Amino acid sequence: MVLTGAEIVVRCLQEEKVEYVFGYPGGAVLFLYDEIFKQDKFRHVLVRHEQAAVHAADGYARTTQNVGVALVTSGPGATNAVTGIATAYMDSIPLVIISGQVPTAAIGLDAFQEVDTVGITRPCVKHNFLVRDVRDIAVTLKKAFHIARSGRPGPVLVDIPKDVTAQRCEFAYPEQISIRSYSPTPQAEPEQIRKALQLLLAAKRPMIYTGGGVVLSNAAEKLTRLARLLGFPVTNTLMGLGGYPASDKQFVGMLGMHGTYEANMGMHYCDVLLAVGARFDDRVIGNTAHFAQEPRKIIHIDIDPSSISKRVKVDVPIVGDVGDVLDAMIAGLESGGRPNPELTSAWWRQVDEWRSRNSMVFKNSDEIIKPQFVVQKLWEVTGGEAFVATDVGQHQMWAAQYYGFDEPRRWVTSGGLGTMGFGLPAAMGAQLAHPDKPVACITGEGSIQMCIQELSTCKQYRLPIKIISLNNRYLGMVRQWQEIFHGNRYSESYMDSLPDFAKLAEAYGHVGLQITKPGDVEGALREAFARKNDLVFMDFQIDQTENVYPMIQGGKGLNEMILSSEDL
Amino acid sequence: MRHVLSLLLENESGALSRVSGLFSSRGYNIESLTVAPTEDASLSRMTIVTSGSDEVIEQITKQLNKLVDVVKVMDVSEAAHIERELMLVKVHAVGAAREEMKRMSEIFRGRIIDVTESSYVIELTGTQDKLDSFLGAIDSALILETVRSGVCGLGRGDRVLKVQ
Repeated sequence: MVLTGAEIVVRCLQEEKVEYVFGYPGGAVLFLYDEIFKQDKFRHVLVRHEQAAVHAADGYARTTQNVGVALVTSGPGATNAVTGIATAYMDSIPLVIISGQVPTAAIGLDAFQEVDTVGITRPCVKHNFLVRDVRDIAVTLKKAFHIARSGRPGPVLVDIPKDVTAQRCEFAYPEQISIRSYSPTPQAEPEQIRKALQLLLAAKRPMIYTGGGVVLSNAAEKLTRLARLLGFPVTNTLMGLGGYPASDKQFVGMLGMHGTYEANMGMHYCDVLLAVGARFDDRVIGNTAHFAQEPRKIIHIDIDPSSISKRVKVDVPIVGDVGDVLDAMIAGLESGGRPNPELTSAWWRQVDEWRSRNSMVFKNSDEIIKPQFVVQKLWEVTGGEAFVATDVGQHQMWAAQYYGFDEPRRWVTSGGLGTMGFGLPAAMGAQLAHPDKPVACITGEGSIQMCIQELSTCKQYRLPIKIISLNNRYLGMVRQWQEIFHGNRYSESYMDSLPDFAKLAEAYGHVGLQITKPGDVEGALREAFARKNDLVFMDFQIDQTENVYPMIQGGKGLNEMILSSEDL
Repeated sequence: MRHVLSLLLENESGALSRVSGLFSSRGYNIESLTVAPTEDASLSRMTIVTSGSDEVIEQITKQLNKLVDVVKVMDVSEAAHIERELMLVKVHAVGAAREEMKRMSEIFRGRIIDVTESSYVIELTGTQDKLDSFLGAIDSALILETVRSGVCGLGRGDRVLKVQ
């Protein structure tokens, strides 16, 4: 069948069973949009800014197991998408981004709306392509989806010049694809697994530390099974939340810069560390030299060999898919020995003693709304079952600390890149993927304004997201660091001339609430979630001085935590 | 430590910039980089001379392997190997220096491949050290310009970098 390039793109997306394409039209993609107009197999979601298109595709991908798809035009369309692409890249989220390009004859001549999209995005994609021949479109898109979802997932960009979308050729979508230079799923070596089990069975002070890899590999149940067999404490990274049930007694909370006392102390003083799909990044273990002072054996499971021994030297590297490796470890434990609980009983007493410090306690107030209290109430009102997207800053940390996730793919946050503006569009993707489930966007008055235009998209597609804005009239995390490290000089961190957010939401056709008293928090949340068909913007006027604790200062070690402002 | 890495990569536009971009974005050193197509027109072979601790070289190798266009990576300097570099040197050659340059070129097994009334172009192949020594041995005031290809290398004997 002879089709145009644009028809081929649409057919490829259909073959890939794409449900939603998040995009924004423009000159270079007019042929593509014309074909989208003529079909009804997938829905196009018209965002209000290309950054949001990619974040929405990202939120969709994180809350499903599918590849998210975004479509943008050349030039500014592509550059606006870069923040979204980099966000997905840092968190290993599978996306395919299709960008229009000026006609091949105009490339390199500084044509209208021309940028070197492949060049600009190269450092923040898993791979990218410029398609110069209509006959290459189908195989390129097949490769793009394959690369995006296999191995360590990531965003793949396909740049298609306008003339290529108008040319015609015979269409056949390849069923299989193999790329000789790309073998994404290494098989773990049984010998390494055996060594790991040996270390774990002999451990006296063990710790299981898991990250986003568990979620991406859909291995949460396997992790839970392994952890229960072992009976060891489990901590999650920010990206790993939901990978292990937060309500389980073996769970010691999130670790890292704003993690719990017990998680960080356990991480520091353990003798055998099982790292699963996590990458020892700077927000997790802080100072690597300090971390290395305490002797411990480290087992590291990761699908990406370059994540292993990157920041921290590892004793037993296991390169493979987290799910496959956990299966093999479970099988090894079930057929071989189980750990002797007596070996770790003293360690558990120690962990429980650290836990009894209750590092997540905060001083609530009857006068002024505490942000932690809002997140706790949100958890209660939603029964811990909402999809929660966040922006970046203090509110993100409070959400991570006080909304306990028992299941994976409910927590949607920009961990690696730390992108303000992510929350609302990501929540849109989550809501479209799960139209009947509650979706909350926890944000702040700073972050929400970075993609506030998407309130319009939410109206168009009737997305009943519940926006919980923890409004402290400050760029809170900046203010916190300025308070602690820069002598209370609050340089440019005060947000003046804020809009009346409730009225703003109403102007977009939504419901807006302003909440100023602690006593009204729960009622507002209940009212909002009872409005099943409405987007409700809740502007919580919170304590301006509240800081995120516990905290590890930059450059400090895991056992040098500040538990509250009194420690400063 | 200095390392010579050999890569086979897809002979596609953009592959070179993926590799060079990786080195600049992650702050790895490149002493030299040379690339050309192989007898298999779909593949290019690249030789990169870099330096770093064992951990850094391990990361470089892993990161290179992660690039979709990179088919194979080998640290040829890890075992017995051969390195060669080509250099062209244009020198001022008049009077006594004319004979002296010819003599030096012969000692270093170079060849004079272009001659004018006042200059020679000398072609020299060898290890980096040999080329450096030649430049050290001639009168630097007479050097008009030099160009070097960067190092090419391969493993000795059975150590072969090839796609099966």
